[in-house]
Amino acid sequence: MTHLPDGRYVDDEPFDPQASLLELERKDLDAPNWLLVWRKFKTHRLGLISGIFLLIAYGLIPFAGFIAPYGPNQRFSEHLYSPPQSVKLFHEGEFVGPFVYPMTSEANLETFQWEFKPDTSRPLRLKFFCEGSTYNLAGFIESNRHLFCASEEATIFILGSDRLGRDIFSRVSYGAQLSLTVGLIGITVSFVLGIFFGSVAGYFGGRVDWMVNRVIEILRSLPELPLWLALSAAVPSNWSPVAVFFIISIILGILDWPGLARSVRAKFLSLREEEYVRAAEMMGATSGRVIRKHLLPNFTSHLIASATLSIPAMILGETALSFLGLGLRAPAVSWGVMLNDAQNLTSVEIYPWLAIPMLPIVIVVLAFNFLGDGLRDSLDPYQQ
Amino acid sequence: MEILRYAIYRFGTMLMTLLVVSVLIFIIINLPPGDYLSNQIAELQATGQSAGVAKAEFLRKEYALEKPLWQQYMIWMGFMPGPHGFSGMIQGNFGWSFEFDSPVADIVGDSLWLTVLVNLAAVIFVYAVALPLGVLAAARARTWVDYTTAFVGYLGLATPNFLLALILFYYGHRWFDLPIGGLMAPEFEGVPMNWDKVKSILVHLIVPTFVIGTAGASAMMQRLRANMLDELGKPYVETAIAKGMAPSRMLAKYPLRVAFNPFVADIGNLLPSMISGSVLVSVVLGLQTIGPTLLTALKTQDMFLSGFVLMFVALLTLIGTMISDVLLVLLDPRIRYEGRDA
Repeated sequence: MTHLPDGRYVDDEPFDPQASLLELERKDLDAPNWLLVWRKFKTHRLGLISGIFLLIAYGLIPFAGFIAPYGPNQRFSEHLYSPPQSVKLFHEGEFVGPFVYPMTSEANLETFQWEFKPDTSRPLRLKFFCEGSTYNLAGFIESNRHLFCASEEATIFILGSDRLGRDIFSRVSYGAQLSLTVGLIGITVSFVLGIFFGSVAGYFGGRVDWMVNRVIEILRSLPELPLWLALSAAVPSNWSPVAVFFIISIILGILDWPGLARSVRAKFLSLREEEYVRAAEMMGATSGRVIRKHLLPNFTSHLIASATLSIPAMILGETALSFLGLGLRAPAVSWGVMLNDAQNLTSVEIYPWLAIPMLPIVIVVLAFNFLGDGLRDSLDPYQQ
Repeated sequence: MEILRYAIYRFGTMLMTLLVVSVLIFIIINLPPGDYLSNQIAELQATGQSAGVAKAEFLRKEYALEKPLWQQYMIWMGFMPGPHGFSGMIQGNFGWSFEFDSPVADIVGDSLWLTVLVNLAAVIFVYAVALPLGVLAAARARTWVDYTTAFVGYLGLATPNFLLALILFYYGHRWFDLPIGGLMAPEFEGVPMNWDKVKSILVHLIVPTFVIGTAGASAMMQRLRANMLDELGKPYVETAIAKGMAPSRMLAKYPLRVAFNPFVADIGNLLPSMISGSVLVSVVLGLQTIGPTLLTALKTQDMFLSGFVLMFVALLTLIGTMISDVLLVLLDPRIRYEGRDA
C-alpha cells in the first residue's frame, strides 16, 4: 500500500487486467449459508452478547456444585435470614485480599428479628479451591473442591441466607440446573409434537389438515396457566422430584406445540408444490422421506429461532407453577421453588434478598428474547 | 346483513369449540387418581368413622361418581339424565363442591363478575397504553423515546407477573398509599353496590390491572410499532408530508388506520395469556376472583368446582376472541369480501 502525496492509497500489487471483477464477490457468493448467517448475526450486538451469555450459563450447569460454596440444602441454624455479606479487599486501609468479617447473630426480642453484627476487628480471608461439602460434579464425579469458601470461623453468604439458614447464592446456582433445563426439555417435546402434526397437516392436507387445524385452534384459544395448573395438580405428590421435574417439563411442552405446528404447516403448504418435491415423489420416495429429507431442512433454522423465542415462556411457566406450589416441590431446588419463600409481602419488606432469584430469571428470559430476535433477523442472509 | 350472518357462523363455531373444550376439561379434572369422595372414604375408613362413610357414599351416588367416565361427563354437562333427571351445566346446575360442602354456584358467585371486571380493565389498559406508546415509538424510531419504550417493554415481558405484582403492591402502598390485597375495602364485602363501593373497587383495581396488562401491552406495542414502521416508508406518507400536513394529523389520518387492523385481531392471541396472568396474579394478590378458588379446588381435587372454573375461564376467552373477530370484520371491509367469496 503506497500513500501518494495527493492523499490517495494505491495497492503495490501489479495490475492484472485478466482478473475477474467478480473474484472478490465470488467468495461471498460461494460462502455456505451458515457463514452468511453467522456474519449477519455478528452485527446484532445484543443478540451476540445474549448468545454468549447463555452459552456460558448452560456450560456452567454441570459445575454448579463447584461454584456454590455450600450444598443446596445445607443449613446454618445460627444464620437465619442473614443479609447479604459483602466481600471486602481492604481492612483499615491495608490490603489483605478478598475477605469477610465474621457475623454474629442476636435475636432482637422487641421486633422478633435476627440482627447481625459483623466483627470488624477480625478480617478472615476467603479460601479458593478449598475443600468443603461433597457434591457430584456433572452428576457423577464425586468431589469436595469449591471455587471459594470462607474460613471455618466465618460464613460467606454473598446473597444472604433464607428462612432455614441456607445460602441463597448456592441455591441459585443449584436451582439453575432445573430452571434452565426445564425449558430445553419442554421445547424438545413441543418441537417433536409441533413438527409432526404441522408437517403431517401441511403435507397431506385435506381431512388430516382440517383435524389438526381444529386442535390447534382450540388449544391456542385456551388460557395456558389454568390448564398447566390443572395438569400439574394431577401429578401424584409421592413421586420423586426428578419424576415431577420431567412431567412438569412435558406438561409445559404439551401446551406449547400449536404455535410451532401452525408455522410448520404454513411452510409445508407452500413448499409441497415445488418441483423438487414432485421429483422426489416420482422417484418413489415415501412421504416420510420427502418430509424429513427434502422439506424439513428448508426451515430448520427458522424453527430454531422460533424455539429460542418460546423457551422463556416455559422458564416463566415453571417459575409460576413452582411459585404456586404446584410445580417442583421442596427438596428440589429451582428458582421458582426459591421464590415460593418470597410469596408474602412481609418477607419481601423485611428480607428483600429473598426475592433475588428473580434477577437470574429476568436476565435469562431477556437473553433468550434478544438471542431469538437476533437469530430471526439474521436467518435470511440474502434479504437486506 | 353480511355481518350478522358472519356473527352467527362465528357463534356456532364457538359453541362447537366449547363442546370439545368441555370434554378436554373433564378429562383433565379426572386425571388425578381417585376422586375427592373415594379419597375421603378411604381416609374415614382408616380412622374408623363409619358415619362419615355413609354420607360420602350417599354423595357418590348423588353425583353419579360410581358410573363410567363417559356417563359422568354426559351427566355433568346435562346431556343425559343423572340421578335427578337432566341437571347439568346446560340446565344451570354447576354441581357440588365437596370441599366447601355447598353448591358450586354459591361459592363462585360474585367472583365471576369480578373476574370479568379485572380482565376487562386489563384489556382497556393494554389498549390505552399500547396505542399511544406504539405510535410514538414508531414516529420517533431510533431515538431515546423508542429505546426507552422498547426497554420497558422487554422488562415487562421478562419479569414474572407475580413478582411484579408483589413489588408494585409494596411500593404502591408505600409511595401512593394504594390499598394492599383484595378487590374492595373489607367493609364493602357483601354490601349492595353503591358509589363508595365502586370507588373502593376502582382504587383496588389499579395495581392488578397494571400487572396483568404489562406483558400484553408491551407485546402489542412492539407489534404496532413494527406495523407503523412498515406503513411510514410508503409513498402516500411522503405525499402527505410533502403537502405540508401536520405530523400528528398525518399519522392519525393515514398510516395509523392501516396499522390498526392487526391491533384488533391480536386480542384473540392476547386474551388467553391475559386471563392466565389474571389467575396467577389473583392468587398472589388475594383478589376475590376465581383464581384463588381454582387453586384450592385443584389442590384438594374438588373436581366439580375446578371443572366449572376451568370452563368459565375458557368461555371467557372464547367469547373475547369471538367479539374481536366480529369487530375485525366490521372494521376491515377486505375481510368481509373474502368471507363472501369463500
